[in-house]
Amino acid sequence: MAHEHKLEIFRGLVKFKSNTSKIWGVLVFLTIVTLVEVVLGIYKPDALMTPLMSPFEGGFIATLGNILFSPIIYMKSLNLIFIVLTIVKAYYITWDFMHMRDETGSMRKMVVWTAVFLICYLIFILLQEGGYVFEVYNSDDALIKRDF
Amino acid sequence: MGSTVESTGTEGKAWGGANKPLKASYGKMMMWFFIVSDALTFSGFLAAYGFSRFKFIKEWPIADEVFTHVPFLHGQELPMIYVAFMTFILIMSSVTMVLAVDAGHHMNKAKVTIYMFLTIIGGAIFVGSQAWEWATFIQGDYGAVQTKGGNILQFGEYVTEDGKEKFKRISIDDFAAVQVGERAEHERKNGLWFVTEGSLPPYTVNEIYNGLAANDNIQVRTQIIDDNGEKTVLSRAESLKQIKENGKLVVKGANLHVNEYGTSLFADFFFFITGFHGFHVFSGVVINIIIFFNVILGTYERRGSYEMVEKVGLYWHFVDLVWVFVFTFFYLV
Repeated sequence: MAHEHKLEIFRGLVKFKSNTSKIWGVLVFLTIVTLVEVVLGIYKPDALMTPLMSPFEGGFIATLGNILFSPIIYMKSLNLIFIVLTIVKAYYITWDFMHMRDETGSMRKMVVWTAVFLICYLIFILLQEGGYVFEVYNSDDALIKRDF
Repeated sequence: MGSTVESTGTEGKAWGGANKPLKASYGKMMMWFFIVSDALTFSGFLAAYGFSRFKFIKEWPIADEVFTHVPFLHGQELPMIYVAFMTFILIMSSVTMVLAVDAGHHMNKAKVTIYMFLTIIGGAIFVGSQAWEWATFIQGDYGAVQTKGGNILQFGEYVTEDGKEKFKRISIDDFAAVQVGERAEHERKNGLWFVTEGSLPPYTVNEIYNGLAANDNIQVRTQIIDDNGEKTVLSRAESLKQIKENGKLVVKGANLHVNEYGTSLFADFFFFITGFHGFHVFSGVVINIIIFFNVILGTYERRGSYEMVEKVGLYWHFVDLVWVFVFTFFYLV
């Protein structure tokens, strides 16, 4: 078992002297990210409480555009920031704490691509269906009454 | 032995065996594959949570109003603080774990022991915090009335604080007009022996209604989120009408049946997902303890490799990884 560690993070921007100092460096980074999340979560700046763009109107191309840009059309900017920061944190936990950075490329792809693909699929299916059920419940001709 | 095939004639070729293209040991690889499958389980839960949330997107409870408590700071509304602390504890215990793994690579038994110990302490603090969070959530704080349709009606009044008018919640304990002579809880020993009933709610809807009618300042708030991202507050007349006509059950706290904060699905998912995660943390702590004792006994020293620490470390980091997502989707988004 080789125990060489890749000591660069941020694509080589920061290079640590030893594995231990890299661990502390990553901890500092993760703590900062968490603090940013907490501060944003407490203060909720008004500017971030609406989506960045409004949906495209029109035909097929507009629908395609809406799907393509759905994170900035249908999601509050704040929530998008939270999700992006979460994925950033997950990346550094996996890559540096779980030493994914030091595994062979094929090992990394086996684990990460499989999980990412299946999870994206699952999320797409369930959220799409959830939105559809919402429409069924709340459209003008809904057959279900819940306001009692 | 001559009859046994000992060589395949393909040694040194791709299919000759003894190749380790992934340069990872069997144990570590299997831990990774377990983690992938467990990650899919958790994503299934979180995606189901997302499904239910999208289904009730206009009336989902606002997390900042639900998780506002911090131990020893009674009566203050401090959303996020405690859960941020929990997140930090878990990340910190992840760090001590990875330091233990690193010390293991250097065959430094003393350091592995210390770091494993710190990891276990971190895990224990996290599980304890989780238990406290649950207890607070189950106990509830203001109470509410559930309608026939299963909707939640909460109470509060408009107050002016720092020049801004805002809706301040009022506990049902503060205004319910308690009447004597209400019915007692049905127990098997004092009624039909084959019929049981759960514990009665603290007040009857009638008591709440009378209390509401007697206090002009109190208004009812529904679950529906308006365009400003706040829950809708009803007028006085509408408030009384809602409680009178639709009120069915007084709810305090949350459990798998009712939830004073809003739709009961929120409580169900909260218990299920944080419970499943907490169970992972708990089993992680147990496994860590086993490995800790193995380290002390010198098992890995004799084996010449601390890979076992690395494997349990992978599991422990995974638990941290899941929490990062639970934190985002339950408390932030």
